Amino acid sequence: MKILVAAKRVVDYNVKVRVRSDHSGVETANVKMSMNPFDEIAVEEAIRFKEAGHGDEVVVASIGPRQCEEVLRTALAMGADRGVLVRSDAALEPLAVARLLGVLAEREKSDLILLGKQAIDDDANQTGQMLAALLGWAQGTFACRLEAVQDGLRVTREIDGGLETLFMPLPAVVTADLRLNEPRYPKLPNIMKAKKKPLETLDGDSLGVDISPRLHTLRVSAPEPRKGGVRVTDVAELVDRLRNEAKVL
Amino acid sequence: MTQATLLLAEHDNSELAPSTYATVTAAVAMGGAIDILVAGDGCAGVASTAAAIPGIRRVQLAEAEALRHPLAEQLAALVLDLAPEYTHLVAPATTFGKNVLPRIAALLDSQQVSDIVAVESHDTFIRPIYAGNALATVRSTDGKKVITVRPTAFERADSHGGEAAITAIDVPELPPLSTFVDEDLNQSDRPQLDSARIVVSGGRGLGSGENFRIIEELADLLNGAVGASRAAVDAGYVPNDYQVGQTGKVVAPDLYIAVGISGAIQHLAGMAGSKVIVAINKDEEAPIFEVADYGLVGDLFTIVPELVEAIRASR
Ligand SMILES: Cc1cc2nc3c(=O)[nH]c(=O)nc-3n(C[C@H](O)[C@H](O)[C@H](O)COP(=O)(O)OP(=O)(O)OC[C@H]3O[C@@H](n4cnc5c(N)ncnc54)[C@H](O)[C@@H]3O)c2cc1C
Ligand SMILES: Nc1ncnc2c1ncn2[C@@H]1O[C@H](COP(=O)(O)O)[C@@H](O)[C@H]1O
Repeated sequence: MKILVAAKRVVDYNVKVRVRSDHSGVETANVKMSMNPFDEIAVEEAIRFKEAGHGDEVVVASIGPRQCEEVLRTALAMGADRGVLVRSDAALEPLAVARLLGVLAEREKSDLILLGKQAIDDDANQTGQMLAALLGWAQGTFACRLEAVQDGLRVTREIDGGLETLFMPLPAVVTADLRLNEPRYPKLPNIMKAKKKPLETLDGDSLGVDISPRLHTLRVSAPEPRKGGVRVTDVAELVDRLRNEAKVL
Repeated sequence: MTQATLLLAEHDNSELAPSTYATVTAAVAMGGAIDILVAGDGCAGVASTAAAIPGIRRVQLAEAEALRHPLAEQLAALVLDLAPEYTHLVAPATTFGKNVLPRIAALLDSQQVSDIVAVESHDTFIRPIYAGNALATVRSTDGKKVITVRPTAFERADSHGGEAAITAIDVPELPPLSTFVDEDLNQSDRPQLDSARIVVSGGRGLGSGENFRIIEELADLLNGAVGASRAAVDAGYVPNDYQVGQTGKVVAPDLYIAVGISGAIQHLAGMAGSKVIVAINKDEEAPIFEVADYGLVGDLFTIVPELVEAIRASR
C-alpha cells in the first residue's frame, strides 16, 4: 500500500496572531511557523501503518513556498520515506490544494491519502473531502481510529453525539482528528538521517491545474474584545451577581 | 438564474436538529427562495417539521435505505443531481455539514466558504480564521455559492407558521463507496451542548473522570449541558464530543462556567461568544480570567460544591 500524507506549513499554534493595521490579513512576518498539528497526527498514523506492515512507502507532500521544506524534513525525521514540495508562492485555497494533491496522488499511485481534518490558519476543514470528491474515492473524515481490514479500512469518526464507524474500500482519503494518535518527537539521529532522505521539488504552476483564487478577501479584522470583567470574592457574591446583575440564574 | 438556496437539513430521521433552524436564518439573510432537502430513511415526519418553518418554498424529501446514515459520498451524489436549480447550497457547520458539503463544492467546482458567522449579502460573508483571532470578510466569485453556517452565530428560525409544499424526489443510484458499520452515541438526558442555555465545562484541573461528577451535578442543577477542554477529553475524563473549542464544538450559551480550565486560545475559540462567562481557577494569572465576566480564584473542589449548595439554598 502506498501512502501519501499532506502536511501544511502554518503559523505555530502557540503564536497569538495579530491583524495587520491595513486589514489586509494577519501578520505572518517573523512569526514562528510549524507543521499543522493535525498533519503531524496524519504523518504519525501513516508511519504506524507502515510499521504494522500495511504500507510499503510513506510519501509526504507540502504545497507552498520554499520554506515548506522544513515541514517535510520534520516528517522525514519522524519516519516518512520521501518528500515532495509543490512550490507555489500564490495564496492557495483548499480547492486548489485538493487539485494539486489529486495530481500527486495519480503520479504516486497512492492507495491511501492522509490529511489533517483542518488547517489551524484558515480553519477551512475542506481539503480532504474535496480531494476525495475529485478522485471519486471514499472519505473517512475526523478519524480517531484507523484499522486495516480485508479489502479496505475501518474508520472510526468523531461526530457530534459520539463515534461512528465506517468501512471503506481502498483507495480512500482519511482526515485525522486529534485523538487518532500522539505524534512522536523526532530523535536526533533521525533528524540527521532525514537530511539525506529524498526530497523532490515540483513547480506548482506547471502541473496543469487551475489554482486561481475564487474568494476575494475584502477585509480582515480583529474580533471585538470582551469587556473586562470583575473578580468576585466568594461564592455568595458570585451567586448574587449572576442572579441580580447578569440575570442568568 | 434567479437566486435559490438548497439547504441540507441535519436530522436523525426522527427530529430536525437545532442547527438546521439556525442555518435557515442565515439562508434567509442571503435572500432568494429557500428549499430544504431532507434526505434519510423513514424521515417523512422530519420533512413535515421542516415544512412548518416560515419562509421555506419547498421541502425536498429523499428517502432510501442507503440514506439512513448521512454518508458523504451518497449525499453528495444526491445533491449533485439537484444542484442545477440552485445558486446557493448551505448546511450547518457541524460534523454533518463539514463532512459532506466540501465534497459537493469540489464536484461543483466551487470554493466553499466555511463556518460563516455573518451574512453581508448574497455573495459576501464573514468567517473566523486563526481560531477566531481574526474575522475575514470574503466575497465568493463562484457561480454556485457553497456555504457552511456556524449555528451559534444565528438565531433559530421559528418552527411554526410555514406551509411549504413537500415534494418526494426519486433517489438516483448512489455510489457504493463507504458503508456504515456501527455507532456509539452518548446517551444523556441533559440538554445538547451546542444548544443549551447554560454550559458547565471542566478542564484538566478536575484531575479524573470521577471528579467530573461535581461538574455534572452543577450542570444538572442548572439544567445545563456539560462541556470540557481538550485536555480533559484527551485524559479520558469525558467522551470526545464534549470538547469545546477551535476543533471541537462551538457554544454560545447565556451562561458558560469554566472550571479548572486555563483558557488556551483554542478553547476560547469555542466559547468566547457566550453571553456571560464565569471562570473558577486556582491560578489568578490564568488567561481564562481575561474573558470572564466573573472570575473566582480558588480551589474548584471547595468552590463547586459550595456553589451547588448556595444555588440550592437560594431556591
Ligand atoms: C491543533 C490544536 C487544537 C486544539 N483544539 C482545542 C479545542 O478545541 N478545545 C480545547 O479546549 N483545547 C484545544 N487545544 C488544546 C489547548 O491548546 C490546551 O492545551 C487545552 O485547552 C488545555 O486544557 P485545560 O485548560 O483543561 O488544561 P490546562 O491548560 O492544564 O489548565 C488546567 C487549569 O486548571 C487549573 N486548576 C488545576 N487544579 C485546580 C483546582 N484544584 N482548582 C481550580 N483550578 C485548578 C490550573 O490552574 C489550570 O489553569 C488544541 C490544541 C491544538 C494544538
Ligand atoms: N498547502 C498545503 N500543503 C499541504 N497540505 C495541505 C495544504 N493545505 C491544506 N492541506 C491539507 O489539508 C488539510 C485540511 O486543510 P483545510 O481544508 O485548509 O482546513 C490540512 O490538515 C493538510 O493536511
